[in-house]
Amino acid sequence: MPPSNTDLAGVSAISAPQSALPADAYKIAHYTIVPRRHYGRILATVLILAVLAALIRAFAVGDIEWRYVGLFLTAPAIMTGLANTILLAICAMLLGVVLGVLFAVMRLSKNPVLSTVAKLYVWLFRGAPALLQLLIWFNLALIFPRIAFPGLFDLRTVDVMTPFVAGLLGLGIQQGAYTSEVVRAGLLSVDRGQYEAAQAIGMTRLRMLRRIVMPQAMRVIVPPVGNEFIGMVKLTSLASVIQYSEMLHAAQTIYYANSRVLELLIVASIWYLVIVSVLSFGQSFVERYFGRGVAAVRHSL
Amino acid sequence: MNSPSTSPIVRAIDVCKRFGNFDALKQVNLEVDAGEVVCIIGPSGSGKSTLLRCINQLEQIDGGAIWVNAELIGYRREGTKLYHLTDAEIARQRQCVGMVFQRFNLFPHFTALANVTEGPVQVLGEPLKQAQARGRALLAQVGLADKENAYPSELSGGQQQRVAIARGLAMRPEIMLFDEPTSALDPELVGDVLSVMKDLATSGMTMVVVTHELGFAREVADRIVFMDQGEIIEAGLARDLLSSPRQKRTQDFISAVRA
Repeated sequence: MPPSNTDLAGVSAISAPQSALPADAYKIAHYTIVPRRHYGRILATVLILAVLAALIRAFAVGDIEWRYVGLFLTAPAIMTGLANTILLAICAMLLGVVLGVLFAVMRLSKNPVLSTVAKLYVWLFRGAPALLQLLIWFNLALIFPRIAFPGLFDLRTVDVMTPFVAGLLGLGIQQGAYTSEVVRAGLLSVDRGQYEAAQAIGMTRLRMLRRIVMPQAMRVIVPPVGNEFIGMVKLTSLASVIQYSEMLHAAQTIYYANSRVLELLIVASIWYLVIVSVLSFGQSFVERYFGRGVAAVRHSL
Repeated sequence: MNSPSTSPIVRAIDVCKRFGNFDALKQVNLEVDAGEVVCIIGPSGSGKSTLLRCINQLEQIDGGAIWVNAELIGYRREGTKLYHLTDAEIARQRQCVGMVFQRFNLFPHFTALANVTEGPVQVLGEPLKQAQARGRALLAQVGLADKENAYPSELSGGQQQRVAIARGLAMRPEIMLFDEPTSALDPELVGDVLSVMKDLATSGMTMVVVTHELGFAREVADRIVFMDQGEIIEAGLARDLLSSPRQKRTQDFISAVRA
């Protein structure tokens, strides 16, 4: 609100030496406001649109038979690959989350043996490349020809270690190493006061973890785990190296036969993008659920 | 006020607590009778909050013993041996002790009503409907009948603290412990919380309050305990201790807080 004339008169009477301007000079509330021009934004928009147009043109005139993309998009072999990719991604991620929670809780344990073992696990399986771990599991038969538990079972390793099992173990176990760090961060993010308040109303440790601590830790855990799930979907393509017939493997098998390399790689990309989009969509729902009571964060940013 | 025959709700004998080399409590003795309101005052670091937390086993004591409701806490006595209680047994002992924290510590993912019903439903196994009805009554008692669906982040500090009091009361405790309940509040919100506590005291609830509000202590407390450097320096009837403290340290503290 602009100050009234009488206020101004009073002020200028007291501090006369500074206010050399006439009282009218302060009555500017009725002036037209001219918004700032964002020339930088306009320039950036023009540049980006130009690059996009060039890219679209390049793909349009490039030597791509789009007919083949359409043809193979729903081919049975690709569909099988898609199903196998989803299956391996979900199973490996489940294994990763279970191992992650287990080793995170072990890491926070007061028992030095448990926490050291958890540290070693993270160190070892986060340290070696995923592809290398897949190859080790797949070739396990070379050093352990048989897997046996006296009196229970005795099996040939080559029979047990199918491409799927090797992929599941290789990807799931290395995922657990990453996820355990995320879960640990989540558990540490919950305020000490929450543990105390839960104890003060007579909760046992397990109930406190389930009802009070984990739901709050999930708010911190879900975004990175969603991120890792998406990473896992793409990581399954490594399993093509050990002959698991996931999507990339299916696409490769087809283009070895018909030489439509790029067309089939585009088909695979489209399906990866579809899976990842569905996952991102689902993630936002899960985040909203665990964000109950803290929805205000977004506004304060 | 209290018949001398009733056994005290809290009986702390020679309680010691160390954090590393620091003696937080040095052989502290305290008794709180049923229906009594005891305020603990003293400079920060004097061990008042630690004593409160020991009563609720949020801290394990290093010496002495504490009885709550005539039950030895933290240990099971067999002959001349004391066995540590299990997690579940300690949780059961905490049920009859309500606690209100300086920083409220409401569960942020629950509404005000769910905060109040969590204990009765999860710990006491009360049916949800019944717990909710009682929860609403408790929220009304602390003046928040219209806030049952609000999340803690949508409440002011004073409102959160009143929900926290309702949450403690929902467990039907024998005693309520307050750990500087108004220290984290804006000055204009302190009054609402104190008036809820006053009503609670009038209703006969046994209370131990760690506080810097000498006005509240004078008005509501039956007894005041002054602590400094892990020891109880002086304890007495509220009016006597505040108006004519006998110990030099008590005098200094009271005049410093008043200034």
